[in-house]
Amino acid sequence: MSSGVPRALRETRHLLWTTLPAALWIVIFLILPSLYLVSMAFMTNGPYGQPQLPLSLEAFHQLAGFGFLGWSPGNLYTLLRSLWQTVLSTTMVVVLAYPLAYYITTCRQKWRPIMLLAVVVPSWTNQVIRAFGWMNLLAPDTWLSELAVRLGFIPEHLGLFPSSFAVTLGLIYNFLPFMVLPLYAAFEKLDMSLLEAARDLYASPVRAFLAAVVPQTLPGLLAGIVLVAIPAFGMYVIPELLGGGRSMMIGNLVAAQFAEGSNWPLGAAGSILMLIATLVGIVLLRRLGRRFGGGEEVVI
Amino acid sequence: MTQTTAQADSPDTRGTSTTPEYAAPDAVPRDASSISLRRLRKSFGADAVALDGVDLDIRPGEFFTLLGPSGCGKTTLLRLLAGLELADDGHVEIGGRDVTEVPPHKRSVNTVFQSYALFTHLSVRDNIAFGLRMRGVGGSERQRRVSEIADFIKLGGLIDRRVDQLSGGQRQRIALARALVCEPDVLLLDEPLSALDAGLRSQLQVELQRIQKRLGMTFVFVTHDQQEAMVMSDRIAVLNDGRIQQIGTPREIYEKPVNRFVASFMGHENLFDIESREGDCIDTAALGRLKVETPPHGELVMIRPEALELGSEVSSEFNRFEGEVREFFYRGSHIEYRLEVNGMRMKALSSNQGQRLFRIGDRVPMCVWPEDLVTLAR
Repeated sequence: MSSGVPRALRETRHLLWTTLPAALWIVIFLILPSLYLVSMAFMTNGPYGQPQLPLSLEAFHQLAGFGFLGWSPGNLYTLLRSLWQTVLSTTMVVVLAYPLAYYITTCRQKWRPIMLLAVVVPSWTNQVIRAFGWMNLLAPDTWLSELAVRLGFIPEHLGLFPSSFAVTLGLIYNFLPFMVLPLYAAFEKLDMSLLEAARDLYASPVRAFLAAVVPQTLPGLLAGIVLVAIPAFGMYVIPELLGGGRSMMIGNLVAAQFAEGSNWPLGAAGSILMLIATLVGIVLLRRLGRRFGGGEEVVI
Repeated sequence: MTQTTAQADSPDTRGTSTTPEYAAPDAVPRDASSISLRRLRKSFGADAVALDGVDLDIRPGEFFTLLGPSGCGKTTLLRLLAGLELADDGHVEIGGRDVTEVPPHKRSVNTVFQSYALFTHLSVRDNIAFGLRMRGVGGSERQRRVSEIADFIKLGGLIDRRVDQLSGGQRQRIALARALVCEPDVLLLDEPLSALDAGLRSQLQVELQRIQKRLGMTFVFVTHDQQEAMVMSDRIAVLNDGRIQQIGTPREIYEKPVNRFVASFMGHENLFDIESREGDCIDTAALGRLKVETPPHGELVMIRPEALELGSEVSSEFNRFEGEVREFFYRGSHIEYRLEVNGMRMKALSSNQGQRLFRIGDRVPMCVWPEDLVTLAR
């Protein structure tokens, strides 16, 4: 029209202006800090815990367990403990959420939102408050601890808290809604005729379930695993409060380096390790999804 | 609308019939199985009676169709045969064996589902092989049978595709192959053609019927389309409200419906109440006295639209009346007239032999032969 600028160019400019704020946001608050974190991991720890030049691999060296007193397995144990806690709690969450999500889809239409709300509402309370709730429940001489003592799980006058059991329990409790919701969505659009087709084609109830129901819910299951496992792996509050210092996870290790430990390069190296572990996990899950999920692309 | 089309397309059954009357094949293959249902009842809750005492015998190697409107119980009946529902009461026997309580995976019965119900996460090959795999048929034997059935159904190059890359017609074939490869005693088909467009549908109707005749397998086919039922079936059971209304060959069902429901469902509109009867004559309000061939036994008289003769040179000396053309539809091979006779509406189909066409408002003499009048129950 009046301006001589070609239409395509005008549209490109328009697009550029509208996406600029979001792009700036990502650059300033994600990309630059990430680059700073990565570069910090390659710096040397100064006398006051501040990162400084020269560049070195000292932080990674320390992360691998080498210190003034030679090699210690402490950090390795922390990493393994984090992986174990993640796998254990995610597995338990799947075991609990899978039948629960299915059960909700079989309920009457009007009850479903209420039941979903009941699953979600606890997560609206602050995480710290909920952790304190568990501390009160699991402390020595409470009825739960008494029961555990009677059954011979723990020695007398000790509590279920603090322990790695309490951490696992806290993680399961905390992340259950994140598994129930995507699984519910998957179950809600479940095509039951596939289950019938499998039964019709000589599959026993168990084999029909594996052949017809599991593949259909796999996208929801994988989405749930990602929503649960990644934050569980990096969890700070729950192991800090319910583990009582004895069940440290990698999130606590990183936090300690930025706080009382005063070794920022080591903290940065720890976060990079977490990031790599998470990415590897996601890639593996995507592979799994493609292998068994068939046509439906798994969005993670 | 469907009914109108169906009637217009239906062959003129006077003289030589083009609807073949199949007897059950003489040489029945060894593995074809009979089905017998006794006093079968099924309800879903107190108010929803799906099947209300069904007795039915299906012969080995027969193409048998369950025909009826939606909610008549035909799909429930099929699911009872498959074992996907369990009967409240009564017995299901397949091949002489009582399978009333047998779960679906232990019945030698396979189903082609309306939605096809293919496993989208598996390839075409794995879909077809599924039943054999579950039955523990070994690798090489399984491969051979899958390739064989793929050739038979003409799947050709589709075998290694993924299911979600296929069209409706192709999916339908795979669903059929997946069921046939197991060589069941009975194949159940739950409206397998209803999702296809008209052209493909009539092509597959013919094909399905040929496949059934080649294999000599017992097919139980469910449809709500009376035209489809007539084209494909050896025998048809018409269902309504969970009860069987009539069992017979397509010709019997179409030409000699036993009650008003069957007649209307087969697309017949010319139904008149019988006011009184005398010998082989009946009196109706609309058409006056009519002569019938056999002594009348029902409360209704039916005239097939193609049995009405129109024009001045009408040939029968009985059953003459006159009507006024209200509407007409040119259908190529046939002309459909809507006439008014003594205040009653009638439909007539005359085959197109190049004759002069009547126009709206014409008064047309008509007649119907006594043997073409069917009396039936209300």
